[in-house]
Amino acid sequence: MSTLAPTPPTSAPPVVAGPCWTAVCPLDALVPERGVAALVTGSDGEEVQVALFRLVDGTVHAVQQLDPYAGANVMSRGIVGTRRGTPTVAAPVYKQVFELSSGRCLEAAGKEPREGLSGDLASYPVVVADGVVHVGLG
Amino acid sequence: MSSEPPTTSVDGPGDTRRHVVVIGGGMVAQRFVEALRSRDTDGAWRVSVFAEEPRKPYDRVGLTRYFEVRDADELTLGDPALWDDPLVELHRDCKVSAIDREARTVTDRLGRVHAYDELVLATGSNAAVPPIPGNDLPGVFVYRTIDDVAALRGWVEAKREAGRVETRGGVVEKPVRGAVVGGGLLGLEAAGALKALGAQATVIEFGTHLMGVQIDLGGGQALKRLINDKGISVRAETATKEIRPHRRTGHVGRMDFADGGRLDVDVVVLATGVRPRDELARAAGLETGERGGAVVDLTCRTADPHVWAIGEVACIEGRCLGLVAPGNTMAEVVVDRLLGGEAVFPGADTATKLKLSGVDVASFGDAHGRTEKSVEIVWADPLAGVYKKLVMSDDARTLLGGVFVGDAAPYASLRPMLGAELPGDPAAFLLPEGGGAPALELPDEAQVCSCNNVSAGAVRGAVTEHGCTDVAGVKACTRAGTTCGACVPLVTKLVKTELTKAGVEVSNALCEHFELSRAELFDAVRGADLHTFSEIIARFGRVPDGTTDAGRGCDVCKPVVASVLASLGNGHILAGEQAALQDTNDHMLANMQKDGTYSVVPRMPGGEVTPEGLIVVGQVAKDFGLYTKITGGQRIDMFGARVEQLPQIWARLVDAGFESGHAYGKSLRTVKSCVGSTWCRYGVQDSVGMAVHLELRYRGLRSPHKLKLGVSGCARECAEARGKDVGVIATDKGWNVYVGGNGGQTPRHAQLLAEDLDDAALIRTIDRFLMYYIRTADRLQRTAPWLDDVSGGLDGVRAVVLDDSLGICADLDAAMAAHVEAYEDEWKAVLADPEKLARFGSFVNAPTTPDPALAYVPERGQKRPATPDEVAAGAFDPDLVPVVDAPVLVAGPTLEVRA
Repeated sequence: MSTLAPTPPTSAPPVVAGPCWTAVCPLDALVPERGVAALVTGSDGEEVQVALFRLVDGTVHAVQQLDPYAGANVMSRGIVGTRRGTPTVAAPVYKQVFELSSGRCLEAAGKEPREGLSGDLASYPVVVADGVVHVGLG
Repeated sequence: MSSEPPTTSVDGPGDTRRHVVVIGGGMVAQRFVEALRSRDTDGAWRVSVFAEEPRKPYDRVGLTRYFEVRDADELTLGDPALWDDPLVELHRDCKVSAIDREARTVTDRLGRVHAYDELVLATGSNAAVPPIPGNDLPGVFVYRTIDDVAALRGWVEAKREAGRVETRGGVVEKPVRGAVVGGGLLGLEAAGALKALGAQATVIEFGTHLMGVQIDLGGGQALKRLINDKGISVRAETATKEIRPHRRTGHVGRMDFADGGRLDVDVVVLATGVRPRDELARAAGLETGERGGAVVDLTCRTADPHVWAIGEVACIEGRCLGLVAPGNTMAEVVVDRLLGGEAVFPGADTATKLKLSGVDVASFGDAHGRTEKSVEIVWADPLAGVYKKLVMSDDARTLLGGVFVGDAAPYASLRPMLGAELPGDPAAFLLPEGGGAPALELPDEAQVCSCNNVSAGAVRGAVTEHGCTDVAGVKACTRAGTTCGACVPLVTKLVKTELTKAGVEVSNALCEHFELSRAELFDAVRGADLHTFSEIIARFGRVPDGTTDAGRGCDVCKPVVASVLASLGNGHILAGEQAALQDTNDHMLANMQKDGTYSVVPRMPGGEVTPEGLIVVGQVAKDFGLYTKITGGQRIDMFGARVEQLPQIWARLVDAGFESGHAYGKSLRTVKSCVGSTWCRYGVQDSVGMAVHLELRYRGLRSPHKLKLGVSGCARECAEARGKDVGVIATDKGWNVYVGGNGGQTPRHAQLLAEDLDDAALIRTIDRFLMYYIRTADRLQRTAPWLDDVSGGLDGVRAVVLDDSLGICADLDAAMAAHVEAYEDEWKAVLADPEKLARFGSFVNAPTTPDPALAYVPERGQKRPATPDEVAAGAFDPDLVPVVDAPVLVAGPTLEVRA
């Protein structure tokens, strides 16, 4: 129930040096093509809100939860889909479309991001090990 | 006067623009200004319009609509922004009193003098008052302006009020007896208006039959029968000798006819014709015609090269024309001439098509068969009240004219063929439903839109040369179909044919994933009996070149599929794969606000709520620290609810008997009502009871866009039902139902669909209307624009839902019955399902932790989201994000933490 301490996924092979891995939830807790938010603490001790999306093929993507165009923490509540085959999420407030793998904004819907924010989303590596979703924060 | 220095109001020093002054502010003046401003792209001209009436130009042809809309602004013509143009000046309530042609000035009623370079007379005409003794009695009216119509309405309403007697058996109303002198177009309009006001109506016609100018005797007789069916009496071949006052009141009381007959009356409308208002032209020494009107040549110019006349005041080819279409043509001719063009008046098109009290009447060309050796082909069905006639050349090949009464369906395609050879047997065109008539290929010169003088060639050119790809584009480009709209079906057909010829695919594609429109997808899903997005996209999705599947949809097509599945009855909207299709509002069953929190709206059917219910709502809002506001739909909105609070809030609300208000859905929102006959002194029906019934019937009904209904208990319309998708207004006989109203960005008043329905007929009509809309509307298309697009418009919808013209009513009824049967409260169902409840956590790994970024400041005793500046400055109150000590309903997924 509480925020988990940064722990590397012990039994998973793809432990990459660098990011600080956090076990977030069981894969089963994610509904395909819907997002959830998670609170993750990075190596600098900063708490970050992350949006996690499970696709129909079982892969999981993580991007920042902050919608840079609305200034609200809502990205997990967007609609998941594809644009020319690339998995995407649409911001629920003003419908910008972002590539899930990179966080790149594909359609800005005629809007500018809030002052001081990038128009693209930060994306984070995800590893599913033993049915548990891990997010890596730098 | 000419010795005074001319003063003008907008002349700046050094303004080299030329100045055209238009006298008159009617429809034709409006068209003149519109045409000038759209064609004079260099701004060489500025234009001043002097209107006698205190309003912007309005749709005089639609005057009778004023009884329905009761809002003069609704009749305003064209884009109101035209009058904000800096090169356009409209002087309202500012009659011109004199013209000085030598000095080239006009003087307005305030004595101000305005110089002109060119002067356009568009003074129109007056109602001609026949010289009948008593024509000036109180209660005798003419029918020409909004003020005339408003005065008539006031008189009839006062008479009705005066005739109302309370008896022990209830209120008895003495009928108001009305008569209209003149059985032409205007007279029949006026008779319809009297009926609409609740008065009786008798039309007194001097000639042999109604509408003698436009239609022949056979048509007139058919029209009389149809008009009689509408409760309007007709006395033809009757001259009115005198109108006499009532002995006691001095108001109009009786009409005496030349044949010795009499008629007791409370109101009389004189509609015997119009007379051109040429007094200014006469005073200025301009030549006038035998029957009045400023004489002009085919360029619409008077003998003075700087003075023009257009519309009803112009005497062109020796006569004045009392129709708007030729007036508009004259306006265009003068604009063209002012801009250096060579246009001439092409001759008047006197074709007429109208609906009088719901009766179709149309005529064109030589309707009376006056051409030498012409032959007439007639189809008459007195039982059905239909009369159709074609006038042909002596070899029965060339179309010379036609008359249609009761069924004007062939008019749209035949009128443009005037003067052309008809293929095949002309009689085939008169048979019901076309009777196998050959398809007509219109010649390019055939006129399609008579209001705006647009030819078939111009419509085709809009597609082939100007690149228009849809009807809306063609309408904007050519102005065809933008005035009365009668030609829109024909324009649509031409555009589609042309696009197909050009190989242009008309794309209604939803998005990159579906080439179908929403309506097509609805039919496809329904026909193929599919129930999941995966099945639907696999079956109907578009597979891009070089790929093997259609992808996984997007934020456009997924909510559409979600809505279609919901309308077809696929259980809870968060069940199974459907959950992933819902927009965030539907997914959280609440409305997302700018800071990512939600607002919560419990249903209050008909706006009715008990004191106990109000206390619960208030207590919940207080406990959860929610901002509360009354909505426009007569219920209460609670703002600032966090995702993880929604189940707790709804547990309390459901416990108190509340249900989801579906404020988050593209679905029925509310049925607004006034208090109605149970409490109100004026109410004639139980509007709250009906509103509650309707809201409970249609709650949860998913649709292409949100749906709002309203029910008013009497004609005072306090529920503002005509601003709703479906508006119900009580009458003393039952209910009138209006459809296609809209508030929002493009406000529209709902239009009358059916009258005086009993409860069962009302509900059946609304059932069918809503289901037909749900099946055929485009994505996010409200009912108002849908009515513009749907086949046949309002009449088409009426035919479908009232006359079952498509034979689908049983199916629509069954679909609505299934909806009513399957309804469940979405929130109650969520609260009973741990799996669905689990989605209402704030964070998957901390489901009850509030979003740390939320920040509020107090305002007027409640809270509001902090602005970015306030957040940056730390100027917010952390206590305004309360964590409520409530039973935790969210069973968040737990995870063993590895050591």
